[in-house]
Order: sequence, then C-alpha cells, then structure tokens
Amino acid sequence: MGACLLLVSACSPDKPSADAPSPAAKNVVAEVADPTKGIGQVKSVTLHAPLEQERIGRGKAIYEMKCSACHRLDDKRVVGPGWKGVTKLRKPEWIMNMVTNVDVMLEKDPEAQKLLELCLTRMPNQNVSIGDARDVLEFMRQNDGEQ
Amino acid sequence: MNKITTRVSVLLALAGVLACQPKGPASVTTGDAASKVYVAPGQYDEFYNIVSGGFNGQIGVYGIPSGRLFRILPVFSVSPENGYGYSEETKPMLNTSHGFVPWDDLHHIALSTTKGEHDGRWAFANGNNTPRVARVSFESFRTEEILEIPNSGGNHSSPFITENTEYLVAGTRFSIPMANKDVAIDSYKENFKGSISFIKVDQTNGRMNIAFQLRTPGFNYDLSRAGKGVSHGWFFFSCYNTEQAHTLLEVNASQRDKDFIMAINWKKAEEYIAQGKGRVEKAKYAHNVYDEKTHMATTTMKDEVVVLDIKEFPDIAYFIPCPKSPHGCDVDPSGEYIVGSGKLAAMMPVFSFSKLQNAIANKEYDGDFDGIPVIKYEAALHGEVKKPGLGPLHTEFDANGNAYTSFFVSSEIVKWNVKTLEVLDRVPTYYSIGHLSVPGGPTSKPHGKYVIAYNKITKDRYLPTGPELTQSAQLYDISGDKMQLLLDFPTVGEPHYAESIPASLIRDKSRKIYPIEENANPYAAKGEGQARVERKGNEVHVYMTAIRSHLTPDNIEGVNVGDDVYFHVTNLEQDWDVPHGFAIKGALNAEILIMPGETQTLKWKPLQPGVVPFYCTDFCSALHQEMSGYIRVSAAGVKTPLKFSTGTPE
Repeated sequence: MGACLLLVSACSPDKPSADAPSPAAKNVVAEVADPTKGIGQVKSVTLHAPLEQERIGRGKAIYEMKCSACHRLDDKRVVGPGWKGVTKLRKPEWIMNMVTNVDVMLEKDPEAQKLLELCLTRMPNQNVSIGDARDVLEFMRQNDGEQ
Repeated sequence: MNKITTRVSVLLALAGVLACQPKGPASVTTGDAASKVYVAPGQYDEFYNIVSGGFNGQIGVYGIPSGRLFRILPVFSVSPENGYGYSEETKPMLNTSHGFVPWDDLHHIALSTTKGEHDGRWAFANGNNTPRVARVSFESFRTEEILEIPNSGGNHSSPFITENTEYLVAGTRFSIPMANKDVAIDSYKENFKGSISFIKVDQTNGRMNIAFQLRTPGFNYDLSRAGKGVSHGWFFFSCYNTEQAHTLLEVNASQRDKDFIMAINWKKAEEYIAQGKGRVEKAKYAHNVYDEKTHMATTTMKDEVVVLDIKEFPDIAYFIPCPKSPHGCDVDPSGEYIVGSGKLAAMMPVFSFSKLQNAIANKEYDGDFDGIPVIKYEAALHGEVKKPGLGPLHTEFDANGNAYTSFFVSSEIVKWNVKTLEVLDRVPTYYSIGHLSVPGGPTSKPHGKYVIAYNKITKDRYLPTGPELTQSAQLYDISGDKMQLLLDFPTVGEPHYAESIPASLIRDKSRKIYPIEENANPYAAKGEGQARVERKGNEVHVYMTAIRSHLTPDNIEGVNVGDDVYFHVTNLEQDWDVPHGFAIKGALNAEILIMPGETQTLKWKPLQPGVVPFYCTDFCSALHQEMSGYIRVSAAGVKTPLKFSTGTPE
C-alpha cells in the first residue's frame, strides 16, 4: 500500500487554478543554477567561524520541537536520516532549501528524491522560516563537530 | 419554522386540491442549468453557504453554486467524529446552568456585518432548546464561544444582528415565569413574561455578553430583524399568541385577527442602561469560551442580568398590528420597509419605518397592550401584497428592490417588488419550503444572483432511504426577470436559516495550522523530547506526540484498572491538512482529531486488565497503518513499574 501511495504522490496533479494558493506557494521559487544547492529561496549562505552560539541555542530548540521526532543526532536512520555528517555531505544552501521548501525539493531535486526512495516517508513541511532554518544549520554544524 | 400542525396539514391538503402544489419529481430544470452549477474538479465555488443544521445542532458549510458539502461544524452538539464535546479541552463548551447539555436545535445563522455589509469575521447561531447563542470563527471554522441565555423559554428569535454587529438578540419563543418561579400554568397571563436579551459583541475579539434584557408581555417572540440604514437603532420582532394561551396553541393562539410586530428602539434602551436605570436581577447562566492559544475551553458561571421592563419606559417599545400569527419579520436593504409574514394570512403587510416614526410622533395609537402603545395598522402600513400565496414565512431581498418570500403551504417562492408590492414571478419548491436565502439577502448590500430554498419535505425527490428522508436545498438563478431552478442538493440535519457570503471575503484568511511555538496548552509536548508519562495518584497523564508516522510514547506500562488515563496528544506537524487522530479500544467516549500544532486530550478509564492497542484514526501517510501503540493494563493493586518508550531503547 505504501508503494501505491508513493506512486500517486510522485505524479501528483497540478495545483488548482492560479488564484488557488497552494500550501507551499509562499516557498516555491524557480530552480537555481547550481544543482548542488537545491531548489528554493536560499541562494547563498555565509558561514562564520567560530560558530554563532546564539544560533545554536535557537536551532537546538527548533530541532527538539519540530525535527527530533524523525531525525536523530547520530548517523542512524529512523524515520529520516540521522544528522551526523549532513553538513559535510550537503551544501548549506541545499540543507536550508530542503528544510524550508521541502515539497518542491521532493518533487524536483534528484538528491531529495533519492532520500525519499530510501526512507519511504515524505519529509513534512514543518513551517520553518528561512531564519529558523539558518539557526538549525548552525546547530547541525555544531553536531558535526565544528567549533 | 414551527412544527407542522394539523391545521397546516389540512391547509396542505386543501392546497393540493387548489393545484398550488408543484407537480412532482417529473418537473425538471430547463436550458443551461447544469453548466450554471458545474464547478469543475479543482475549481472553487463562488460563495460559502453557511447553513443551520436544525436538530443536528451543527452548521453545514456548502459551496454555491455547486451545492457541495465541505464541512459539518459542531456547535451545540457533541461530535464523536472529531471529539468536540468529548475531549477534555472542548467539554466546557457545552456547559449550561443545567449541566452539560450535549445537543441543541440550531435554527438561525447571522453573519457579522460592518456598515450593514458582510465583513467575514464571524458566524453566530442560536440554540433553540436550551437557550444559547454561539459564535463561530471564520479563521478556524470552529465554535469559539457559547453564551447561555437566562430567563428564556426557547431561544428562537435569535441571533439577529445590528448593522455593525453591535448587538445580537435572543428573544424567547415561549414566555415563562421569570427566575424559575413555581406557579400554576393557568396563571399564564399573570405570571408569564417575555424576555429579549441584547448581547453586546466585543469588536476586537467577538466575545459576547448580555448587556441587558428587556422584560416584555407574556406571549411568543418568533423572529426578528434589526433595522439598518434609516432604521438603524431599531429592532423588530414578530409576536404570536397575543391571546396568551397556554394550551392547544394551534387553536387558542390563532383567535385574534392580528398579532403584533414589536418595534424596539434599542438606542433608547441603551441610553437608559447608561443612565443606570436598569434593575439588576439574579440569573444563573454559563459563558463558555474556547481559547485558540491554549486550545482549551473554559466555563464561567454568571449570576446576574440587567433588566429594563418596557412598561416602565414608554419610548422603548411599540406594537404594530400584524395579521395572523406573523413568523418572518424582515427588513429590506434600505431599512425603510418591514415585511410581516402572517402564517395564516392571505396577504402580506409591508410597514414603512418613516410612517412608523410619524405615527409615533403623532400618537396615532389604537390603545395599548399591557401598557405598550399599539400603533394604528394603517398609520404604519406601506401597503399589502395581495394574494401572494399560502403560508408566507420568510423574505429575503436582492439589490434591485425585489423581495423573495417563501410560502410553506403552497410550496413556492414568490418574487415581488418592495415599493409597488406587485407580484412579479413565482416558482415551485419541492416541497414545503421553510427559510430561503439570497446571498447577502439580509444585509444592506445583497450580492444577489441566487435564491436558495430550504425545504422540509423531499418525498419522491431522491432515491428513498426508508421512512427517514433527507431534507434539501434548491438553488434558483435570480439574475433574470424569471427565477430559474438550477439544482437540488440534499442537506444534513434540518436546515432552517442560512446565509451565503462571497468566498473572497473568507478564503484567504482561513487558518492552516496552529504554530507549535504558540501552543499554550499546559499539557502540550512541544517536541518528542517532552513526551512522557506521569502518575498523580490514580491519574495517569500521557504527554504524547504525533507526527507521520508514529506516536510517542507508543509502549506504555504501569497503568492499573480503575485509573483515569489522560492522553494529551500534541500533533507536531506544521503543514496544512495533516491532522492526526487518536483512538483507544474500549473508550467510552469518542476519538479525537488533533490539528497540526494542536494539543487535545482524551480521557480513558481502563476497566479490564490486558494489553490495549491505540492508533491514529486519520489516514495521514503511507505508513499510517503503522501509527499505533500498546498500553499495558494491570489489575488494580498490581505494582507494574511505570515505563514508556518508542523505538529501540538507546
């Protein structure tokens, strides 16, 4: 049954007419040039060293509220992949686009689609703002051992 | 609508003989009716139709012109489907001075207005049986508030509203002795009183409170409309049983040639209240409010009301004679004309507000009733609509000076011109129409386009379903000179009044989720790390989270037979249209549905030992079937250690 559903969602129909706002509409942005950065509003992220401590605290709180149900902090996959190593594996832009524009990413981004095939559960849109996603990214960097 | 009496049955039979009755199911629509109601898959309707559910105590939300049913909103009735009235958070919504009342009879809808026009803020509705008024939010489409009405014997003339939603009214259908006095029923004339509550609406948050009650003569207050435009500041109520009968009203309340429309100058009443002339009386009633941040309802018991007896203030109230048990009492968009619909009258009087004002100024009275001046009929009369049909009930208006009146006995809608009183068109309804609705029909600025009939009887219109049949609505195009039947659609419950509002006024502000950051429910688990089980004496509190596709904790042990187990379920999702449900085997109440970011609580009392499954009831994902868990119940007194987990322990 799971496979059937996934098939359905893979070729999901067009949204209603233009005047019908779709739930993800506010986050939908045309593809960016660099495919390794994913698809979404986040075009370039500047990382600082040392890590921004304020962001880490906020990012951790968001992780606990909105992400921890599916993502562990080690490298073990439960519902979604464990976060250990994610910042080494993906560009920061890709991570933030995945967090803030997940419906489009699952529809169009080949890397996101590979993850869906692996996990077999669509990552939900957790209504995370760009600013919050940046905080989560900082928390991920700390989780990956950056200073 | 009143119950069908044998009198009406006789008239019905008579009407059949007179061939006023529509021909039957063979009558069909004509021309391009289908294309006018076809809303292609994925397209949206032009109007929301907010329809009372009558004896189901709920509101139905339909699309017009398609007639598609979108949602049933529980208001005065419990809803096991989503847990309204069953969850710990929503139980207080149905508290009254009589205790928890899980059902009511919801008759009338009033949509909030500003300057007489729809503003898309709230829908109000009345509970007819155990007198109450409710407010529904157009952001959440949920019942946010229910206010009980004391000193009322049945809240029928309610919740009609003033043009800026300053007040809604609650007029008693049945007069009763005030303050629960124990008296002989046949002392009606001496001891029974009418009561009209004026409920003030806080413009910032919609909260309602009874500003004052008018004490009125003991008879039946049926329907009402506020004045608007030129008549803003006034309210009009139809009254029947001015005979003051207390038995066999069918006969005894139909003796007089004329009953009354009661005209109330509420601005004057407001002045007297401001001057402190109201009298404070003891009265017990409940006020229930649902808080969007805590996702919880609370009940406040109130214990007094401020009362003005209209006898003691001669310039508040006037009676206008109106033939034969008036039901509808409808005010046209300009506010100048007031249409009285005598259920048993062969014509319909239309009163003029300016003539009423002159009559009052010149004291053109025909004596008084119980100290209240009775205006001379002709002095307030604009004119009569002659032989319009049988059994007029309700009138709605378009923006072009036309009125549309429903006729129960002759099963038809009659279109007539308000100024000239000329009948312009008539169409049959199938069958026995009660209320009718033109989009914006009760406002200063009707949207027009359609009239919708709400019918009491559908015999032979649909495939039969045993003795109990659906009731129905019928949609007519009124954009041309002639009304054109477009569509029949079945309705849930028994529709009474309904309003339609352009979708554009509501659609874009519809709430999608409850932000988890703002969840202030004290039992929320905002993140899986907060999921836990706590025991307090024989109470066990499970702080549970739900997200596609697991519940946390999903293995619980250490509960005993006889414990009160509270499942506080927080939906961690933050995307639109991802509710989760929660149900547990043997629960003596219902399930709960939890919207994204919300916390709701189901109480469960295990009565037998064993291992009991629970699961998500709302198909949420490919792995929805996996979204489940077990709770182990040990016999009373067995000390199984309290344990809870999800997934493999670390």
